[in-house]
Amino acid sequence: MTSSNRPIALALRGVSKSFDRPAVDALDLTIYGGEFYALVGPNGAGKTTTLRVVVGLLKPDAGSIRIGGIDALSDPVAAKQITAWLSDEPMIYDKLTPYEYLEFVAGLWRIDPAVAQGRARELIGWLGLEPHAHERCEGFSRGMRQKVALAGALVHDPKLIILDEPLTGLDAGTARQVKDVLRGRVREGGTVIMTTHILEVAERMADRIGVIACGRLIAEGTLDDLRRQTGETATSLEDTFLTLVAEQAAA
Amino acid sequence: MIQQASLAWLAGHELRLGWRDWVSLMTAGGRTRGRTAFVALIFVGIFMHLFAYWTVATYADAGLGSDTAALAAITGTLFLSWSLLLSQAMESVTRAFYSRSDLDLILTSPASARKVFAVRMGRIAMAAVAIAVLLAAPFINILAALGGGRWLAAYGVVIAMGAVATAAALALTIALFRTIGAKRTRLIAQIVAAVIGAAFVIGLQVAAIFSAGNLSRYAALQSDWMLQLAPDTASAFWWPARAVLGDYVALAAVFGFAAVVLGMAIAVFSRRFGEHSIAAAGVSNTAVQQRRRVLAFRRRSPARTLRHKEWTLLKRDPWLVSQTLMQILYLLPPALLLWVTFRTGHDAFIVLIPVIVMAAGQLAGGLAWLTISGEDAPDLVSTAPIAANRILLAKIEAVLGMVGLIFAPIVAFLAFDAVFAAAVCGLGILSAAAAATTIQLCFRVQARRSHFRRRQTSSRIATFAEAFSSIAWAATSALAAAGLWQAIGPAIVAFGVLAGVWMLSPSRS
Repeated sequence: MTSSNRPIALALRGVSKSFDRPAVDALDLTIYGGEFYALVGPNGAGKTTTLRVVVGLLKPDAGSIRIGGIDALSDPVAAKQITAWLSDEPMIYDKLTPYEYLEFVAGLWRIDPAVAQGRARELIGWLGLEPHAHERCEGFSRGMRQKVALAGALVHDPKLIILDEPLTGLDAGTARQVKDVLRGRVREGGTVIMTTHILEVAERMADRIGVIACGRLIAEGTLDDLRRQTGETATSLEDTFLTLVAEQAAA
Repeated sequence: MIQQASLAWLAGHELRLGWRDWVSLMTAGGRTRGRTAFVALIFVGIFMHLFAYWTVATYADAGLGSDTAALAAITGTLFLSWSLLLSQAMESVTRAFYSRSDLDLILTSPASARKVFAVRMGRIAMAAVAIAVLLAAPFINILAALGGGRWLAAYGVVIAMGAVATAAALALTIALFRTIGAKRTRLIAQIVAAVIGAAFVIGLQVAAIFSAGNLSRYAALQSDWMLQLAPDTASAFWWPARAVLGDYVALAAVFGFAAVVLGMAIAVFSRRFGEHSIAAAGVSNTAVQQRRRVLAFRRRSPARTLRHKEWTLLKRDPWLVSQTLMQILYLLPPALLLWVTFRTGHDAFIVLIPVIVMAAGQLAGGLAWLTISGEDAPDLVSTAPIAANRILLAKIEAVLGMVGLIFAPIVAFLAFDAVFAAAVCGLGILSAAAAATTIQLCFRVQARRSHFRRRQTSSRIATFAEAFSSIAWAATSALAAAGLWQAIGPAIVAFGVLAGVWMLSPSRS
């Protein structure tokens, strides 16, 4: 399927957000349904700010955001109903068990209890949380907390999953489980947008990669597209990325 | 050649950190708020001096020839203040043990850990003394202005009290570490600190109720049986009180005693402090199996889901329960008074109602902070498909529901004998709780629930506003229950506090 006839999962037009200085600068971004999109960029490039604006945690200064065709600024509740957000720091409740946490998330998203319960069991199984499903999260390692948070992001079956550095601090086994779950969601038609500093992950997992610097999208496309843009044909994403960022800094 | 960090250099470092913390707390982290905080401090200072004039002006003429009753009243006041200082110092010592902050850096640096911890204990003592001096200053200033410069000796006593309170807090906390271990000390020490803070006030009030039938702390101290037990006026027991009255020999003795006690505590415990800090850092969060397992998801509306979550989290956290419900301890004396005077007439309710209303306001403030600011998964709740105002409403409902659950039995009990008083009390509770919740809404900040004890330091303005608001609603309720139109006065003050809070609130700017 070509880009032109695929449904648009997320469309940003002229989105800007400034703090002391512009963090996101008139950003245009289109992500299609069933796509795994990786947003990469140097520290302070505006990746996290962009995603926080999309999920409604920050209000943009200008621009429009459409999620699955819904105007996220005028109808945020409808947009949130089909979106999931997972930050780099797993924020869960220490005094709840994973099972109770998922029940809480399902309640917030108004998911039918029977359906949510089935999904929760499935997710807990997939993520290897079964032995700890009825333990309070207070004693969990970072990786386990991240798995619980990921299960929470998936229990309401979102069409668009937005993740900010989801693999930070995870061991190889846990990172593999998270990547498998995300790949599975894309295979089932879901859309995943992820920021990452691990370029290898972006290279291997993403259908398209967006390179952001100074709040602007400086390059976008498949790895081959990006290579062509830098005029080099046999480089890794890391080399391509560094060239693109250096060109942007020099401009 | 690099020199080992000296005590003076370390003390300078701690002072700089302490000063920056203080400035940050007073200005809520904003540079532009410095002037506002300064103006607010001046107003608070003026208000406190007026309050001090109202409460202590008549005692300014008390001299060294005071009788046992006067010495007992001063000693009682000092002991009451000291117990509160001890409570605060224990809180600081416990926090210092469990706070990771720069512990890794300190313990892995070539600096002497003993020196670093000695300086840190000195900083805790300085903080305790600073709080004591700030709170006592308006009273001492008024007494000195009206009764002469000899009252300034009271500053020395206050400093000595802060030093001894720190020494006692160090000894108590380290004793707890050694007896019950690092894992349980955190919870127990903070409960002990809160109980110490409340126990003396409550004990005196209970004694007063049984001896004189009222809530006055001084009734117990002035009672015949207490005065018969008291030692002769020449006894060393009265030295702190005599020092307050301007006996410089007694002052020197009290000050010297405090310096020796604090110095010894620092010398003895600075070595242990490092060991216990390491032990505290090593406390692992072991797995806690939930006894009642969720086996089937229940159908709940998002609002009910949020309320249920708030109540569950609070119920499962004994430390938070102890911190929030500790304020209910203060309700025990009025409850006792209600029981003692149940058949004697309705006048007692006038004394009872403001205490209940005040406690409701304070409790609601704590709960509102937990539900509104102390959200451990703020991104999850904010990205849920619920309107932001509905989320806030659900959290407010959770707070008011908890306050209602705790205070409804008291109001119901009151209603058996005085329906009007019960109605006024109920309205007062609702108003004080709603006002405290509004203040927390205006000053909401994102924080971990485990930072609950630090909520009062995150915004001094919110803390003072919460206290003034609760006092104003308590006064309104008392006057209204007595059928006096003057109830309008404190009600206007209460609304004024809310208006001030709204104007100063960071969420507005």
